[in-house]
Amino acid sequence: MDCDFAIDCASIGGMTPPPTPEPGPAPSPPRAALDIRALSLTYALKSGPVQAVRGIDLTVPRGEILGFLGPNGAGKTSTLRMLTTLLRPTGGEAQVAGHDLLAEPSAVRSCIGYVAQTGGLDPACGVREELVTQARLHRMPKQAARHRAEELAGELGLTGLLDRPTAALSGGQRRRLEIALGLVNHPEVLFLDEPTTGLDPGSRAELWELVRRIRRERGTTVFLTTHYLDEADALADRIVVVDGGRTIAEGTPEALKRTHGPGPGASLQDAFLALTGRGPSHEPVAV
Amino acid sequence: MGTAMTTSTAAVATTPTPPLDRFRHFAADIGLIFGRCLRATLRSKTNMLFGMLQPLLFLSLFGPLLTRLDLGVDGSSWQTFVPGVLVQLTLLGGSYVGLGLLVERNTGVVDRMRVTPLSPMAMLLGRALRDVVQLVVQSVLLILLGLAFGLRAPLWGIVVGLAFVAVLSGALAALSHGLAMRIATPPEFAAVANTAVMPLMLLSGLLLPMSLAPDWLEAVSRAVPFRYTADAVRDVFRGELTTGTVAAGAAVTVGLAVLCLMAATRLFRGTGRSGAERG
Repeated sequence: MDCDFAIDCASIGGMTPPPTPEPGPAPSPPRAALDIRALSLTYALKSGPVQAVRGIDLTVPRGEILGFLGPNGAGKTSTLRMLTTLLRPTGGEAQVAGHDLLAEPSAVRSCIGYVAQTGGLDPACGVREELVTQARLHRMPKQAARHRAEELAGELGLTGLLDRPTAALSGGQRRRLEIALGLVNHPEVLFLDEPTTGLDPGSRAELWELVRRIRRERGTTVFLTTHYLDEADALADRIVVVDGGRTIAEGTPEALKRTHGPGPGASLQDAFLALTGRGPSHEPVAV
Repeated sequence: MGTAMTTSTAAVATTPTPPLDRFRHFAADIGLIFGRCLRATLRSKTNMLFGMLQPLLFLSLFGPLLTRLDLGVDGSSWQTFVPGVLVQLTLLGGSYVGLGLLVERNTGVVDRMRVTPLSPMAMLLGRALRDVVQLVVQSVLLILLGLAFGLRAPLWGIVVGLAFVAVLSGALAALSHGLAMRIATPPEFAAVANTAVMPLMLLSGLLLPMSLAPDWLEAVSRAVPFRYTADAVRDVFRGELTTGTVAAGAAVTVGLAVLCLMAATRLFRGTGRSGAERG
């Protein structure tokens, strides 16, 4: 696996390459990958309604890597599950990859990839079988699905593992397979829910590079949630911080550090703790 | 390793899909899910045997006790007992199939598939179809064992009996999968299934016919649908097709299947489609 990213190693810890425009002669239509307006979700619990998401507005241009941050219970996963059609919003609207989330959920599903926190692998199933099934579920003919499985295995360094059961994979290999499943349909937007949770540092670095490569080579928009601030700092072009179901800050990692950090040389962690009021700095924040 | 990523983008139909294509997609999706589930069943070598262990034990260790008893019915005790064991197998096997789906929900497999064009109905039917095939194969094995013990039944009667088993197992499997979409953990699911299955089994007169029951028990058992299925299969195993019992059994079994499918569809469709479920 180490050789897989040899070319890209120089960029680890360096600058993230700027988003590349869509290749090909056809000019891409001037629309955003995600256009979210007042998206909200209220759970009806026995104890009364719980507002998990209270009106999120967000526009994500195509080809951007967006870091979606927030403390536990901030509404990150709920937002992600709404944008991937798994939960129906109780308010607001969104255009995902050019399709209306509420009116055309099926079209949205064809244009996105979703990698959940829990992954979604059947331990007894073979790697190839999982990839082919996912491709077939995206309506690819049998032969094309087999071809796509091999192609993705090549791209993600899984070729030698195609005939193993997924239970035999290492943590990093599992993650790569899960991402491969999310890429089967050439999605315009890839949603990653805490993609590196539980991975060792080496596998994390590999995964960061993989996410950068996906964006660089395919122009894919990446919407990722994470608890690791260094991850957001290293990967994301732009960060959105949510708390209590609302957006409380938005900007490039540099801007967030400058604006919300306690002083010069502040880390993203300092800015995050100041913003969410969870840290030593309790300055009120106007957003 | 590490070949460049392809840059082609998926062609997404923006025009509505014609009905014939939608039906084709639907059938193909059912086939995909069916195939995947069937492969999982075949991989687990012990699954087939363990699923039928209890009915198998009843057949071989309890059935012989009945051969010299007067059960108050026509025909041999095996013609009465084997149909009861078949319905027991369906009831036990069919009720618990949802556990497999529950595990796939918890591992994220179900969510992964829901973010594809796959319809929830196809996911339900593909799974239920696998369960029907598995339960029919297990029934055939039980019948063969019954033949060895002394069961005698016309071939057409056995085929009709298996048709009853197939419809009933489809109904129960669908309902079980529907419940699995709404219940959070395997222990809760097992508790619900256990609580439902045990009294239903006793009230259906599966091990001994209700002809032996006192009036009140016989009356209560009339409210349990599986009783009608078991009695109908007993009739066809005795070579009687045009009886009122068979007609009632067919009507109740098919009616139950329709109700279960409708309930399961609602349970499947509703999941995660509203803010009712905590993400």
